[in-house]
Amino acid sequence: MAKQSSKKNLRRSPFAAVLVILAGLLISGGGYAAANAVVNANSHVDYTAAQQEEGKRLFAANCASCHGKNAEGTKAAPSLIGVGSASVDFQVGTGRMPGQASGPQLIKKEVQFTAAQTEALAAYVSSLAPGPNVPDEKWLSTSGNTTRGGELFRINCAMCHNAVGAGGALTEGKFAASLKGVEAKHIYEAMLTGPQNMPVFNDNNLTPQDKQDIISYLKYVENNPSAGGEELANLGPVAEGLFAWIFMLGGIVVITIWLGAKSN
Amino acid sequence: MSKSKEVAKPFDGEHDYEGGLAVIDKNPVADPGMEPHRVRMTDKSPAHEKAAARQVTALFVFSMISSFLAIVAYFAFPLSHLSLGNVRANTLFLGLGIAFGMLAIGIGAVHWAKTLMPDAEVSEARHQTRGSEEVRARAIEIINLANQESGFSRRKLIRRTLYGALALFPIPGIILFADLGPLGAEVDEKLRHTAWKKGSRLAKDPYGTPIKASDVTVGSVFHVIPEDLKEYNADGSLNSEYLNEKAKAAVLLVRVDPTDLNPSKGRESWAYDGIVAYSKICTHVGCPVALYEQHTHHLLCPCHQSTFDLSNECAVVFGPASRALPQLPITVDAEGYLVAQSDFNEPVGPSFWER
Repeated sequence: MAKQSSKKNLRRSPFAAVLVILAGLLISGGGYAAANAVVNANSHVDYTAAQQEEGKRLFAANCASCHGKNAEGTKAAPSLIGVGSASVDFQVGTGRMPGQASGPQLIKKEVQFTAAQTEALAAYVSSLAPGPNVPDEKWLSTSGNTTRGGELFRINCAMCHNAVGAGGALTEGKFAASLKGVEAKHIYEAMLTGPQNMPVFNDNNLTPQDKQDIISYLKYVENNPSAGGEELANLGPVAEGLFAWIFMLGGIVVITIWLGAKSN
Repeated sequence: MSKSKEVAKPFDGEHDYEGGLAVIDKNPVADPGMEPHRVRMTDKSPAHEKAAARQVTALFVFSMISSFLAIVAYFAFPLSHLSLGNVRANTLFLGLGIAFGMLAIGIGAVHWAKTLMPDAEVSEARHQTRGSEEVRARAIEIINLANQESGFSRRKLIRRTLYGALALFPIPGIILFADLGPLGAEVDEKLRHTAWKKGSRLAKDPYGTPIKASDVTVGSVFHVIPEDLKEYNADGSLNSEYLNEKAKAAVLLVRVDPTDLNPSKGRESWAYDGIVAYSKICTHVGCPVALYEQHTHHLLCPCHQSTFDLSNECAVVFGPASRALPQLPITVDAEGYLVAQSDFNEPVGPSFWER
C-alpha cells in the first residue's frame, strides 16, 4: 500500500513533468546523436585545446569581420556554427576563404593559411557545434572501384562537373569548378559539405565507399590519356565545334584560295 | 487601237522600242576583254622551272612515304583494350599517314598544273541555249521512234497501270507523316503515366537503395528511381521496359528549408518537411534537368539553359521550356522511408499531340 502510494505520489509530483520531458529529450537527443553519428561515421578527428585556442585567435583576426565574432554569421556571411571541420578545411584549404570579393561565386585562389593554421581554424569551428568532419585517410586512396565510381559520378555529379570533371557553367555567372588537380581530400569534403551552390551529398546518399570510388574514378581519368587524342579542355561540343570551324573550315578556305590563285 | 494594247516587240538588242521613252543602253556591261597575260617565273627562268618540278616530285614522294607510314603505324600500334595509348597512336598515325598520302597527291597535281603546264588564257564563246533545228528534229525523231518501239501510246493497259503505280508510289511517304499527328490511345496512355504508384518507395539511382526521410539533409540532392522498378525480373531475365520506364520516372529529390517552399493551394501536402521530388525530365525536349543550385534553388537544364525555380513549384524562370516540372507527391511510410502518394498528376517531359 505504501509502495503504491509512493508510486502515485511520484506520478503526481510537480517533478513528474520535468522527468518526462527529461526522459523524452534524452531519448530523442540520443536518437538524433545516433543518426548524426551515422551521417558522420567516416571520421573522428581529435583536435587539441591548443589548436582550438590558436584557431580562435586566427578566426578573430581573419574571419570574424564577416562571419561574426563567435561565428554566428552576419548579413555579409553565413553562420559557421555546425558547418564542421570538413567545410573549413575545404574553404580555407583551397584558398576560397578568406573571400576576395563578393560576387556570383567565390573563386579558388592562392591558399592564405599554412596547413597548421587551417587545421587550427577547423579545430575552432568544429568545437562550436558538431558537423561533418575532415575525412579519414582511408577513404582518400585511389584504390576504389573506378567503374562504380564512374557510374555514380555520371549520375550525381557529371551534369554540372562534366563527365570527366572538366567543370561547366551554371546560371548567372556561377560555375561548377574543374576537378582536375583537386586534392582527394577536398573532393571528399566538397561532396560532404556542399560548398556554395553545390548540393550536399551526405554519407547516406553517397557512402564513404561511394565517395572513394568517385575520387578513384576522377584520379583515373586525370592520369590516363584520352583515347581520342587532343581533349580540347574536355568542354564538349562548343570547344570541338569552334576548333572545327576555325581550323578545318579555315584550312578549306586557304586551300580554295590557293587553288584559284595564279602561280607567281 | 490604244497604245496600251500594243504588244511590245521583244528587244532584239538592235532597235529602240517604238515610241517609248526608255533609253536603252545597248551594251550595259562592257566586255572587259582578255586579261593581259602575265608570264610566270617558271616560264622565265629555267632554275625556277627545275625547282617547281622538284617540288612536285617531292610532294609525290612524300605521299608515298606517308602511305607507307600509315601501313607501318597499323602494325606498329596493334589495337588492344589493355593499352589506350596504343589506340590513340594507332588512330593518330594511321589517320595522318592516309591524310598526307592523299593530300600530297592533290597538292602536287595542282602545283604541277599551276607552275609547269601551259597557262595561256583561252576564251570560248558560249553556245546558244536553243538547239539547232537539226538537233531538235532529231530529238523528236528519237522520241517518236521510242514511242513506236515501246508501244507506249498503243499499249493502253500498260500505260494506265504505270500511271496508277506512279500515283500510289508517294502515298506511303504521306502515311508516315501521320505519325506527327495524334498517337492513338495506347501511346497516349504510355506518355501520361510513369512507373510511380501509390506507396512506391523512392530509391537511389542506380542501385535501388530506398531512402529514409532522415537521410535527406537540408541542401541534399538525391537522384531517384522507384524502388519497385527493377532492371531484372524475378526470374533473372532482363526487364525489357526498364530503360523506357526509368526514362520517364527519373526524379530529383531535394530538401530545402520548408519556409523556402511556396506551395499553391492543394499542393501543400505534396512535400514532406521540406523534401520535394520533381520530375528530372525537362518539359522542353526531355533532357535531364539536374543542375541544382543549393542557395538560389534554381534547377538548370544543361541542353538549352531552361531554368526552373524549385522554391516556386519549379516554375520556368528562364529559357525555352514552357511548363513547370511536374511534382511527385511524396510522404513517408511507417518505417520512415519516402514513398510516392501517387503517380505524377500530369504527363512528364515535353509536349505531345494530345497534351
